[in-house]
Amino acid sequence: MTELTFTLKQPLTHSLDCAQLTPDFLKGLSISQIGAIKLSNQLVSELFEITGDDAENIVFKNSSQFFDNVGKNMTLGSITLEGDAGAYLGFGLKNGTIHCNGNAQAFAACNMVSGLLKIDGNTGDFLGGASSGLRKGMRGGTVIIKGNAGDRVGDQMRRGLILIEGNVGNYCASRMIAGTIGVLGNVGEYACFNMKRGTLLLAKRPKLHATIQDCGTHTLPFLNLMFKSFKPFNTQFSNIETKRVQRFVGDAVCSGNGEILLISHSS
Amino acid sequence: MIINGVQIDETFAEAFNMRGTRVIITAQNLKWAYHAANAMTGFATSVIGCGVEAGIEREMTEDETPDGRPGVSILMFAMGSKVLMQQLETRMGQCILTCPTAAAFSGIDSDEKINLGKNLRFFGDGFQTSKLISAKRYWRVPVMDGEFLCEETTGMVRAIGGGNFLILATSQPAALAAAEAAITAMKKIPNVIMPFPGGVVRSGSKVGSKYKTMFASTNDAFCPTLKGATNTELSPEIESVMEIVIDGIGFDDIAESMRVGIQAICDLGEASGVKRISAGNYGGKLGPHHFKLHEIMTSKST
Repeated sequence: MTELTFTLKQPLTHSLDCAQLTPDFLKGLSISQIGAIKLSNQLVSELFEITGDDAENIVFKNSSQFFDNVGKNMTLGSITLEGDAGAYLGFGLKNGTIHCNGNAQAFAACNMVSGLLKIDGNTGDFLGGASSGLRKGMRGGTVIIKGNAGDRVGDQMRRGLILIEGNVGNYCASRMIAGTIGVLGNVGEYACFNMKRGTLLLAKRPKLHATIQDCGTHTLPFLNLMFKSFKPFNTQFSNIETKRVQRFVGDAVCSGNGEILLISHSS
Repeated sequence: MIINGVQIDETFAEAFNMRGTRVIITAQNLKWAYHAANAMTGFATSVIGCGVEAGIEREMTEDETPDGRPGVSILMFAMGSKVLMQQLETRMGQCILTCPTAAAFSGIDSDEKINLGKNLRFFGDGFQTSKLISAKRYWRVPVMDGEFLCEETTGMVRAIGGGNFLILATSQPAALAAAEAAITAMKKIPNVIMPFPGGVVRSGSKVGSKYKTMFASTNDAFCPTLKGATNTELSPEIESVMEIVIDGIGFDDIAESMRVGIQAICDLGEASGVKRISAGNYGGKLGPHHFKLHEIMTSKST
């Protein structure tokens, strides 16, 4: 069996809702049946050249920033995007793996429940956040970002792990309920704004607002466990060896018990 | 059966069902891991008076423990799941939470879970935090030396308690030396503990007593000072009897530990003063697991 491959025929000029092109929907369908599916009033066969037969392993070639909702509510298999992705990449992902070789737009990993989402490039705002009207964001799973992320990373995040090797924008971990976010690059202003619980692991100290309290520098044995769990994801986080961190707690404005752990480079 | 001059009685050790768990205790170094583990397994020789039977199974290297620090694994057994849960929580709270630098982790996987740090977290008075790492929940409780780290639950499995054998020797020093040799060999076997002091018990018991309030009393048939006063099991030259009791996760684990222990004694030879190896049983009325000495000693190492 070879991967079920969708090669985009013509560059898109408008958004394309790809929610139906997941292993859950396509498993057991023939190529002609898949080609007859309508996406945004266009047949899949008109948009893509379709090859392969393994619907549990889907590949998008020439993918673009207009590919919205890729992997939406997926529960099994894998999706690889050889190119960029649009908004809501991995929306409500419940299991399986999504790998985007390029950049992704806003709301990646929104409402994600489990599984692995990996983006080799940059991503937009509200990574791991909640969709409109919901009060809980990402509820589990792992997100790896090799590039940068926008504002409001992990907004209302409830559980799970987000590791970002690059920079992030403002309001990182805002309204965070629990979970872990790691950032190796720079962090914008108002990190942990209204944070309730959870951990923001940082390599560089951001400008912190007044309601984030410094609790001093400590050696924390649990970091051994956490860093060990990063190893399978093949990121720069795997190279962290120190257990010594400066601990900040907040956001005091909402009696928050969240923490920023700033990796100590002096140890 | 005679091995190297030591007679092995044609009898069996009678064992019963228990519930067991394993906990991994780590600390800054082995010294403090042992302090924690020794406290937690203290006063845990027999379910008759202690609630649980517990002991240190083995040392663990940094590579083997979840948090990369040196540690020890302990096994704990009880007659029922409720008692095991109560004892585990009490001992965790008083012995591990209190011990400097100590942390505790689950040492056994099972569908049945019992609390390890699930309720201890409330000691954190609202400052405790949890981390879900690789599908396991850990609690971080702020304490005066830093943080107490503890996994939320550990597994509980069906186990066997009461495996045993008796060492019959011509003197007390000879019986004890043989018991020590056996314990040294048996400690290398995984999944078992010998819960009595130093692994050895000198007060083997029989079921019942002349006193109504006692449900166990001294095993007079094996007491050398009662040879003329009771229906003795001892020949004239026997002056001392030591017992080794084994609790384990599985039947084969206990059988293997009995085999290496008895073999270590037999290797000492008749000149050591050990004359016989026997076992404690209650005619098959106590438990369903029978460890037949002759079968064990003729089996190959597992």
